[in-house]
Parts: sequence; structure tokens; C-alpha cells
Amino acid sequence: MDIIEKANEEAIRRMLGAEPVLIEVVPAGDIVPNLRDKMILHAGPPIAWDRMCGPMQGAIAGITVFEGWASDLEQAVIMAASGDITFDANHHHDAVGPMTGMTTVSQPMLVVENKTTGNKSYCAINEGLGKVMRFGGNDAEVLNRLSWIRDVLGPAMGKALRDMGGIELKPLIARGLSMGDEMHQRNVACSGLVLRALAAAMAKTSDDATALSEALAFISANDQFHLNIAMAMGKAIMDPVRNIEGSSIVTAMSRNGTDFGIRVSGTGDEWFTAPVEMPEGLYFAGYTEADANPDMGDSTIVETIGLGGFAMGAAPAVAGFVGAGAASEAANYTHRMSEICAAENPEWTIPSMDYLGVPTGIDVRLVVDSGIAPTINTGIAHREPGIGQVGAGVVRAPMACFEQAVRRLAEKLGIS
Amino acid sequence: MEHTLNKVFQGFYKDSVALMRLSRDLAAMDGVNEAALMMGSPSNKQILKDAGLLADDGATAEGGDLILAVRAKDSDAAKKAAEVIETQIMSQTRAATGDTVWQPQTIRAAAKANPDANLALISVPGEFAAAEARKAISRGLNVMMFSDNVSIEDEISLKVQAREQGVLMMGPDCGTAILDGVPLAFANKVTTGDIGIVGASGTGIQEVTTLISNNGGGISQAIGVGGRDLKDEIGGISTLMAIDRLDADPATKHIVLISKPPGKNVLPRILERVGQSAKPFTICFIGASDLELPSNATAARTLKDAAQAALGGDAFAEPAVSGVSVPKGRTGIRGLYSGGTLAAETQLILLDAGLKVASNAAVPGAGSLSDAGDMHKIIDLGDDEYTQGRPHPMIDPEIRRDPLAAALADSTVDVVLIDIVIGYGAHPDPAGQLAEMLSTMQRADNPTIIASVTGTEQDPQIRSSQIQSLQAAGILVAGSNADAAMAALKLLGINS
Repeated sequence: MDIIEKANEEAIRRMLGAEPVLIEVVPAGDIVPNLRDKMILHAGPPIAWDRMCGPMQGAIAGITVFEGWASDLEQAVIMAASGDITFDANHHHDAVGPMTGMTTVSQPMLVVENKTTGNKSYCAINEGLGKVMRFGGNDAEVLNRLSWIRDVLGPAMGKALRDMGGIELKPLIARGLSMGDEMHQRNVACSGLVLRALAAAMAKTSDDATALSEALAFISANDQFHLNIAMAMGKAIMDPVRNIEGSSIVTAMSRNGTDFGIRVSGTGDEWFTAPVEMPEGLYFAGYTEADANPDMGDSTIVETIGLGGFAMGAAPAVAGFVGAGAASEAANYTHRMSEICAAENPEWTIPSMDYLGVPTGIDVRLVVDSGIAPTINTGIAHREPGIGQVGAGVVRAPMACFEQAVRRLAEKLGIS
Repeated sequence: MEHTLNKVFQGFYKDSVALMRLSRDLAAMDGVNEAALMMGSPSNKQILKDAGLLADDGATAEGGDLILAVRAKDSDAAKKAAEVIETQIMSQTRAATGDTVWQPQTIRAAAKANPDANLALISVPGEFAAAEARKAISRGLNVMMFSDNVSIEDEISLKVQAREQGVLMMGPDCGTAILDGVPLAFANKVTTGDIGIVGASGTGIQEVTTLISNNGGGISQAIGVGGRDLKDEIGGISTLMAIDRLDADPATKHIVLISKPPGKNVLPRILERVGQSAKPFTICFIGASDLELPSNATAARTLKDAAQAALGGDAFAEPAVSGVSVPKGRTGIRGLYSGGTLAAETQLILLDAGLKVASNAAVPGAGSLSDAGDMHKIIDLGDDEYTQGRPHPMIDPEIRRDPLAAALADSTVDVVLIDIVIGYGAHPDPAGQLAEMLSTMQRADNPTIIASVTGTEQDPQIRSSQIQSLQAAGILVAGSNADAAMAALKLLGINS
């Protein structure tokens, strides 16, 4: 027991000691380790093509065309099914991606460096709402937007960030929490704060007023722009927490639309997986539960660091996706998550909850012992490829993942 | 004919999540096929269009306008639904559920939320109880374990762990305690005073604490230890620790021990500890005889004796129970008890009067119910055979109905003895329930019913109200359970 407590203390020390900074934007091929041509990184634990859900296959077809490996979607599907394309999990390459989480060589990646430990993590730029690739969208509109992000927005942001010396994310999150964001479903405040931090440097480093205006307009119009930054930050915070002998703290939670997977510090890089569950929530006009795809994406890294469903108390509006949306209901989500976490974050606090720190460090023992599964705030994708987001809501991490992890950790520690 | 209605609220903003919720409510209304409320941005208007919800009105809306869009089976249904939702949009009512209060779901979270708490009351199914108790003990919390069906091995290991941590492990199967004036589980609101109680028996503690309180005394602490603590396997670990605590407590001047007779090996250890104390003790080991006690201790045969001894030894003023003529040919006593220790006390009093007694929870000297013959029958209705799959008779006295009807119809029964136990945890009106039960039964030429009420005026059920209900139903009420048994003897013409 003592070894676990000590290991967890170290895990929490590393989490709270992290200094994540958004330093630049770089094409994935230049920076993501072991990423090569005709290779696609996806969200969640590793999965083969034939087990992938509709939106994941749709996104893969789209990105294959986008990269020019196939001339059309049909050919892309044939390539993907025949093994011409290599698949791997984002998490195996210091990267994360929302929903389908497509990462390929030519996409510009947000780079977050953890200044305390020097490790870097990567995430693609958020495409906006509606029909987008992360929800399996793959038509011309989707691909054109990706091209513009690659050719215009990515380079512009990269230049600005390098010029200004990056954006410190810890204080930005702290302010966002006090402004009603939980950084998974609601990023309105943080997206605004990022825009405010970037705008002057983007203007200074731009020599094309039209392109600059388009870039600023794109960020301004996207309430979820900050989500991908939060995700890269989450990965940068959690990676140094991996492989602490004996620690029962979760270092990653992630879903590929078929499986939900978690990794735990004391069990190294092993994935503990179980079938993903269906989110409960509200749907956009014209869609119902019948259209929904099961839970998907690496964005649960945000919950892993104590935000999203864990910081629901900061964002009562999000609690309205399930239940009646009372502020006390939102606070209850955060209280409940405190029951399964080792600590509270003294820097990330929720003003309306008397400055309670967000629950930090999911302990698999507490999850199994209490029967309380982590609550995740999530978008909901259409189950068929190419359609996109149809709603948003809340989903629980499957208990089976945590049970496996506890058993494996006990085995490793020689506890029967 | 299907009709699409758009209504535009110019310059009216509402949060998108609130709008999605309203959309869901609108879509669920009578005759509505599809519905949405959205701000009128170009992308939203496109979504409405794709969903077949955009009419001419909506198409003219701008980003700052709210569009209410509904497609219904006809224009009437659309209009009606829109009107209902429009009131909801305009009203600023709170969320329908109102505030919800967070209740910790784990001991860890509860302890964090209440850092001053020093006791955990555990009442979960037996198979989980030991694990929860371990967590509480390792946090330095005293534990009161209401749960039963905990193995003796777990009880031993929990009590040893608690002793190492210096905390009290009360239970398993600990039904009663009064700590710092707070009644826990089945317990009564009593006067605070200088008498400390350590008991392995729940109703025994309730009877003694309430008799003390009702007769001018008060309780410092009443500590339950669980029914098995004084068995040799457990070794009286919690009883010894409880004695240590009360011995060291300056507010406690007199200590009462209540239990069934302890195991052979445990007894000398308990008495040795008692002898080391400078405080006077009253020892009520129900059914034990010939105890050799240290000089600071006196033995009490019954619970009433224990209460009297703790208050200095004077007899309580007994309320008169007026005699009733004995119907010819009837000589039997039938006890129908909810409290196990009260049933034991009655057996002792009858045995001491030279009667033959049988019980399903027999004290030494009493026979078993299965071959009771013409013996007086004292039944513990709280025993497992009666409570399988149903609540304890103190919570639901309904268990008493059939045995009571049987006793009233039995031509050999002259007196029926009944205990009414009130206080926290007990039925809200057990006397009223008994009166109701009796009203449905044949009562011509049937036995005398004598009851006592274990409880105080401060209890939620109010002792005097309970007595009134009993008397109104023609039941004789004695001042204590022992008095009820004595009154039964008197009715039978036996002088004890």
C-alpha cells in the first residue's frame, strides 16, 4: 500500500508541477516521432480497419484523399482495407486527436512543451463545428478547409507563436475555469483568450492582410478552437507521469469509437480496453439517438488532467446536456469525481464552488472501490461516415477498464 | 397537412445548450414531427434547412435573432406547440429539479468533507461491511457497525486493527449507541448525566438508559460493542476498550455493563479490568449467576435492577398495574417481544418465580420452544426465524400480528406480555399500530395484555402518548419491562 501511496504522490507532484506552453505549429511530418508517409494515426487504443466504426473509416478515407495517397474516397477505402496504409494510435506518437483524431504527415500540429520536463505533445488544429473530419466528414468542403488550415492558418499561427515566445497555458486554463469553461465541451472563454493572446503577434508576423483576416475570423468563429490546445496540453502534462512503479493514477483515457482504453502509470504502456458506451445528451435539429455513434476520441485526456466532466462545476451550462442544468447539479459532477481522484489542483479552481480545486489524478483503485466511473463530456458523431457531429452529451468510462488495470497493477506489485 | 412554422424573436439571445433542451421538449410535444430552436446564424439556418425546418420567416432572421422552428402534422398543432414553448422561453424559472445537495458516496470523500468527524456508522450489506470498516479505521475513525452477517474472522481482525489504531470498533451487529448525547441507530433521546454504559445488547442498552433517564439520572456515553464481543473468540476487545474510555472520562462516575453471560475465558479478563478501576460498576450479565465480582462492582439480575443500582440502589416508584380477575382454567403467560434482551429479562423473572419457561432465545434454565408443552412461552420476534427477508419488529411490528391472534385465541393463555420500543430508528407509532391490530381481533373473554414502553418523553414518538394509546386500547401499562413481568406474576397469583 505504501509503495502505491508514495508512487501516487510522485504522480500528482509531476501533474501539478507541469508547465505546459503552446510554443509553435509545425507540419506533423517534421515533428511527430515515427510518423511516415501512408501512415495514419487515429484516436483511441490501437484498432484494425475492419473493427473501426463508420466515422473512423470515413475520416480515414477523407484524409487519405487529402494527403493525395488516393484520388477518391472509394480508392481510399480499398487502400485502407488492403493494408496499404499503416494505422497506429496517436498516443503511441506523443500525439492526441479529437473524435476520429486523424494525424498525417502534412497536417499542421499544435506543439505544447512541458517546460518542467522538456517533453512535447502534438494535436492538429480544430476545424470548427458541423461537418468536419474529426466527426467523419470527408467531402470537398471538409478537405478544402483542411488545405486552408495546412497552407494558411497553421503557418500563420506557427510564426506568431515563435515570435511571441509561446502562450503559457496553466494561467489561461485557470482564467477559463473562472469564466465558465470546462475545456471539453465548452471552450468559449479559452478560445477567446487564445485569440486575444495571438492576435497582435499574428498581425505583426503577417504580410497578407486578407489571409490574416481570414485566420482571425476562423478562430473567432470557432467556440471549440481551444479544445485541441487543451488536449495537447493534457498529453504534455500526463506523459511524464507514465511508468512510475506502483502508481495507480490513470495517465490516459481514450476511445476509438469501438473500444475505450485507459493507461495507468504503474502498468506502463499497456492499454486496458472495454467496449465504448453510448453518450447521453442533446441532439442537433433533425437527429436523434438512433443516429449516434458510440463514444470516440482522444479528447478524454482533458478529463485525465481534471477538466471536462471533472470540472463540470465551472460550467453549469454543460450540465444541461443531461438533466435539468441546475448549477448544483453541475457541482455534484465535480464532487463525485473528487471521490475517485487522489488530489485537487490548487491552481485550477472553481470560483462558484468556493474555489474548490478540480479533481486531479484518477486513481483506478478508488474507481473500482467506489463504483464511480469517470464522467466524460463529449460531442456525438453520426454513426455513418461523412455526416459529422449530431449532438453533445455526457458518457461514462466503462468500469471494466479500471477493473483490469487494478488486477494488473496488483499482479505487478505481487499482491494477490 | 404537415406544416412548418417559424417564429423569429428579434435580438433575443439564449445559450445553445438551453436551446437544445427546449428543442427536445418542443419535439416531444403532441403532433410535432420535428423541432428546433436556434440562433439565426447562416450555419444554423443551413442546419434548419437540411432538417426541413426553415420557413420564410426564419430565412430572414439574422445572427442575433432566435428562430423557433417546428414542423407538425398540421398548422394547429404547430401553433399550439410553439405557444407552449414560447412561454418557457420567456419565463426565467429555475431548473425544474431545483438544488440538489451533494452526498458523499465514499468514506474517503465523507471524511474529507467533514474533517472533524470521528465516527463512521456503517450500515451496508454484511458482505461489504468489513471492507468499509477497514477504510474507516485506517483513517482513524471510530466505527459503529450496524451491519450483521459479518464473519467472526472479520470481526476479530477489525477489532484487532481498531485496537492498534486506538479507535473503537462497535459491532458488527451493533444496534444502539448514544455518544456525546447523540442517539445512533436504534436509540433514545435521554438526559445527559454521569452514568456510562457498555453493552453487547441493543434493547438492553435502550431499557437501561431510558429507565435511568426517566428516573432522574443521566447518561454520559452508551457504547454498543456488538452481540459477540464477549465471546471467547473475540475476547471482549471492544468491551475492554470501552471500559478504558469510560474509566478515563471525567464525566462518567458510574459504569454499567450489559451483556449475555461472557465466555469462560473472557469473564475473568473483564472482571479483572473492572477491579482495576476506581469507579463503581454495575454488572448485568443477563442469565449469569454466582458471579464473583471485584469489590467496586455489584451484580444486577435484571435490566431494571441495573438501572436502579446505577442510580444508587433505591427502588423506582412503580406505577400501579391494577389487577384483573383471572379467568378460570387459564394460567399461561405468552411473551411477544421485539427486543431480545427484554425477552431474556422476562424469562429470568419468571424463572426466578419458579415458573417453567420456554423460548426461541432461551436463557440458562429455560427450555426450548419446540418442546415447550405447557410451559410459559416467551418469544423473541426479532430472531432470525421471524425476520428472514423482512424488517425487524421494532421497525415493522406487523410481525406480531399472527402470534398475537394465536395467543388471544389460545385457551391456556392468561397474560400476554408485549414490549413497545420507541426512539430513533423504531416504528413511528408502535402503540397505535398495536391498538389497530387488536381492533381487528376477537377480544371477548381473552387474556390480559400487559405492555411496557421503552423510551422517553423526548423521543419522536413521545412515551406518554404511546402509553395513552395502549391504555385506550385496554392494555395495562407497566413502568418497565421487568414491572410488566412482575405484574403478570401478580395476576397469576404468584408472589415472587
